[in-house]
This record gives sequence, structure tokens and C-alpha cells, in this order.
Amino acid sequence: MYLYVLRRLLYTLPILVGVTLICFSFIHLAPGDPINAVLPENASADVVAQVKAAYGFDKPLPVQYLIWFANVLTGDFGLSIMTRRPVLSEVGPAVAHTALLAVTAILLSFVLGAGLGLAAGMTDRRSTDRAVSTFAVFGISVPHYWLGMILVVIFAVKLHLLPATGMGPSASDLTQFGMEDFRHLLLPAITLAMIPAGIIARSVRATVAEIRRQEFVQTLKGKGLKRPRIFLHVIKNAAPPTIAIMGLQFAQLLGGSILVETVFSWPGTGFLLNAAITTRDLPLLQGTVIVLASFFVLTNVAVDIFQTLLDPRVRRV
Amino acid sequence: MPLDATPARNGTIAEVNDLSVRFVTRDRDVLVVDGVSFTLAAGEVLCLLGESGSGKTVTMRSLLRLLPPSARIGGRIDVAGHDVTAMSDRQLERLRGPVAAMVFQEPMTAFDPVFTIGTQIAETIVSHEGISYRAARARALELLELVQIPSAARRLDAYPHELSGGLRQRAMIALALSCRPALLLADEPTTALDATVQIQILLLLRQLQRDLGMATIFVTHDIGVACEVADRVAVMYGGRFVETGPIDQVIAQPAHPYTVGLLNSTVHEISRGAPLVPIPGGPPDLADMPPGCSFAPRCSAKSTRCDEIRPVLAPISAGRAVACHHPTLAGAKP
Repeated sequence: MYLYVLRRLLYTLPILVGVTLICFSFIHLAPGDPINAVLPENASADVVAQVKAAYGFDKPLPVQYLIWFANVLTGDFGLSIMTRRPVLSEVGPAVAHTALLAVTAILLSFVLGAGLGLAAGMTDRRSTDRAVSTFAVFGISVPHYWLGMILVVIFAVKLHLLPATGMGPSASDLTQFGMEDFRHLLLPAITLAMIPAGIIARSVRATVAEIRRQEFVQTLKGKGLKRPRIFLHVIKNAAPPTIAIMGLQFAQLLGGSILVETVFSWPGTGFLLNAAITTRDLPLLQGTVIVLASFFVLTNVAVDIFQTLLDPRVRRV
Repeated sequence: MPLDATPARNGTIAEVNDLSVRFVTRDRDVLVVDGVSFTLAAGEVLCLLGESGSGKTVTMRSLLRLLPPSARIGGRIDVAGHDVTAMSDRQLERLRGPVAAMVFQEPMTAFDPVFTIGTQIAETIVSHEGISYRAARARALELLELVQIPSAARRLDAYPHELSGGLRQRAMIALALSCRPALLLADEPTTALDATVQIQILLLLRQLQRDLGMATIFVTHDIGVACEVADRVAVMYGGRFVETGPIDQVIAQPAHPYTVGLLNSTVHEISRGAPLVPIPGGPPDLADMPPGCSFAPRCSAKSTRCDEIRPVLAPISAGRAVACHHPTLAGAKP
């Protein structure tokens, strides 16, 4: 088991290298460069060359990449071109802000999605099943920036119940987390939770309905077990695929949503990525991408390990 | 309070009267079991014999009301003096396990794959007898030893996929016996197993049945299996009993043309050396049954009467009955 975990962690390294390589090439395929964005338009060619040399942009691309990579290995992610602050001190808080949002959204979507999915999967009533399916399709297909704006209009503008934008006063410092922070968190979290909730509801419904058709449920009934105990069997069987789906959704949420974070002015990774791309802030972009990719890959490893623990049939060595 | 599991005063453990089961969905209404009646004495082994779709499994499962929600049961079913058709869900939970228990056909799919064998047996005992989980696990171990599973203590913590088919079926039997049922229902318990394992499981079942004095209903399509375990046999065709009687008499002198056909199409001791003769045609469409005898379209001895009037199950000699206008038994009058 430990060997399996170790091997899975080792496998993540080439993935991460690949991600940074692709990201690095793509930003250089796109027109425009970071120097134009920082220097005034009338800067002399001399100054441009000087600044380029200072950032190392005069070297061939592969060399630039290797230098960056070597620095990362020593823990140095470089300086943001726009803010001239270390990349990590930009990415760190953004990831924390997005993580707060992502964790809240995934919990919400789990409660909502798993609850509705179970209800639909366990019932023999067609109407309940239909209602849940309708909700799931709505959740998956509604554009979430649109939903975000509608929620803002209803709860902030019309009803004055919740703040429209921004984080609460204590940002992501959880030790100071208070009611005001919670009120700020609510609308963006609900908006972000819709898609995963729909996906989880649909998956749980299908999984549970499939499990209930299996022969062993007849055995459970045939040996006179009470309904709650049978329910427990169904849940344990439905857990591994549900956790897999949730892990993927969570990893996606961690990446931050540019659209939702923009609608709610939430200073997370989506916000940061957007800024880094528009200003061609290469060190910041690369740093953000590698941090996000690590989270994504690690979440998937965690999901695999969880599944292995829950389902004896997939026990890997 | 547990349900009483003792046989009625006249010694019968199960009594089925004019049982009918139909499966009703929005666009289909199929009569799967049609007017089946039988009684089962304590300690007796009855074999329901028939091809797939003949209603034998549904008949047996009706005794536990273990049928899909679309099933509509008619007639009367008494198990250990309890009217099963009138039972609430709570009463059914108390019936299933301590009064009557079932062994399923496919031991691979009949166990929950994510719980250990020991847990699945112990939870049953805990649920019915309210004893501690520890005590229930100790009983589970005894049960695994009873069904002769080697190194039983280790197998208690095994998951179903870690056992071979034969061991899984033994564990399934242990599960069925866990609450000491008065009636054991076995649904083709050997069909999914290798031939060599089949006979071991049959011998085990027969021995346990005799040692524990359980009445048993055994569903099979295999005459050889029926001969091995049964006291009495009921041959089913198209959802009805077509012939009933003591197994040795029915095998030696089959009265119904379908039983004759079954015997001619299977390898067994009596027919050794003779060529196998298949029954022409296929099983009847339950949604579109002929008005007369359901076997008439495939029967070599049929007359016009067979197409018009459905034969009823009528006694032909002591303990034997047949539903046929032209029974083949020598000296029998229709």
C-alpha cells in the first residue's frame, strides 16, 4: 500500500513537468511580450534590450525554460514582472482564497448532489426521480456567471440580504473567520456548487439505481435485514465512484473559475491567472500553473487512495 | 418478537393454495405462475423442475415474497402457519432468515462485494437475534465450519471475490443456515458451479438438510440434481404444475409427455446408451398462452381436446397427479 502511494506520487512528477512545458510554449506562441506591458511605449531600443537581458528574455526559449526549471527546483519561482514581488507570495494567498471557496462549494454540492441523487436512486416513484434529473440537468447546463449575477440581483440588490462582491474582512485567515466572512462566501460558493452538485446528483442517482438492481440486494432482503442496514450496504457500494467524481470536481474548483471570481471580485487563482495572462506576466503564470497542477494531480492521487481503501476489489500493491 | 417457526399441527411447514403471480408494468401484464398448489411437510424435500421461464423460481420466491415491485400475488401462501400474502414489511423481515431462508444461484453476485463474508453472516444473526456482534461472529465461524470451509477463521475476513465459486456457495449456505430456518429455499444452487464442485455442494446440502431436519424446496432444471436430493418432484411448464409425485416414481414412469420429453433429452442412468431426443419447439410465450394445454404445441400425443380444454392436475395414483388428457402412464385413466 505504501509502495503504491509512493509510486503514484513519483508518477506525478513527469505530469507536472509536462504541464509547465506546455504552458511555457503556449505563452510564447501568443503575440505580445511582458516587456511591452511594463515599459512605456516610447522606451528606446537600448532600454528594452537591457530590461530583456535583466529578466533573461534574450536567451533562447529552451534555455529560458531550463533556467526557470532549475530555479523552481531550489524553491525559487522568480519575481512577478508586474508587481515585482515573489511569485509565491502572489500565488499563496490566491490559492488560499480559492481553496476556501472550493472547499465550501464542494461540501455544498456534496450535500445537495448526494442527497438528491440518493433520494432519486432509492425511490421507486417516477416523479421524485424526474424532479432530481431535472435539477441535475439544470445544474450542469446553467452558465454559472449568469447564475452568479442573478443571485447577486436577487439577494444583494433586491433583498439586501447578502453582500454582492468581495471577500469578508478577514480574507482567508480562518482563525479570524466570522459571520461577515461567511456572508461574503455564500453567494459565490452557491454559484460554484451548482455544476458539481448536478454532476454528483446524476452520478449518485445512476450508481445507486444500478446497485439496487444487483442480485446481492435480493440476498440482503432475503436474509431479513432492516431497511437502514440495506441502505448502508448501498451507500458503501456507491461511495468509491462518488468519491472519484467528487475528487475531479474538487480539483477543478481549486483551479478557480475566472468567470465566477470576476463576477464576485474574489481574489483567487482564477482572478490571478486572468491577470497574469493579460499582462503576459510569465513567471507569475508559470508559478500559478505549476501550483494548480500540483493540487490537481495530488487530489487525483488522494482519490485513488481513498477508493482503494473503500473497495477491496481494487486493492493495489 | 421472533416469528414462530414450528410446523403446523399436521406437520406441514408450507402450504400453497392456488398461487398466481403476475408481473404488471405499464404496458405488459404477464401471468408467470398460474394456479399452483402444494404442501410441504417438515423435513421434506420438494424439487421444482422445469426449464427457464417455467415459473419455478418465482413460485419459490413467492414463499418469501421476494419479488420485484411489479409482481402481484394471488392465492394463499402459509409458511409455518403465517399467511405470507398478508404480511407487513416488518413481519416479512422477521420471516426471512429465521423461518425460511434462501440460497441463491450465483454466489458471486449474491454477496455484497465490499463487505467480508464474516460481516455478512454476522449482521444477519445480529439483526434477528439481537446478540452482540462478537457473539454473532463466533456463530459465523461455527457456520463456516459446519459447511466444511477449510481454514474457516481466515475465510471469515475474506471478501467474496477472494473465494472460489465452490467456497462462495458454501458460504452462501452458511448464511442461509445462520438463523436456523425451518424451511430452506435453494434456487439452482449448483448451476453456476463446476461439475465436480456441483456434486460436493449437493451432497453437503442433502447432508445438512437431513442433519438439521429442514424442509427444503429445491429449484432446478437438472433432472440429475432432482434425483440426487428430492423426495417429491413437481414438474412445471408455462407457470403451472404439470406433474407431481415421488421422485423415483416420476423418473421411472413419467406420466406427462413433457416429463417424458425432459427425461429423453437428458443424460441419466435409465437412458444410458439411448440417443438423446430434444423436445421440439421452444418454451411458451407467457404473455400469449394457448387456451388449452400449454404444452400442446410441442406435444406428440396431442388431440383436438388438448387445444381447447386446459387439463387440470388430477390424481392418477397414490401421491401422484398429472395435468394431461393423455397421460402416458400405463393403466392410468385421464
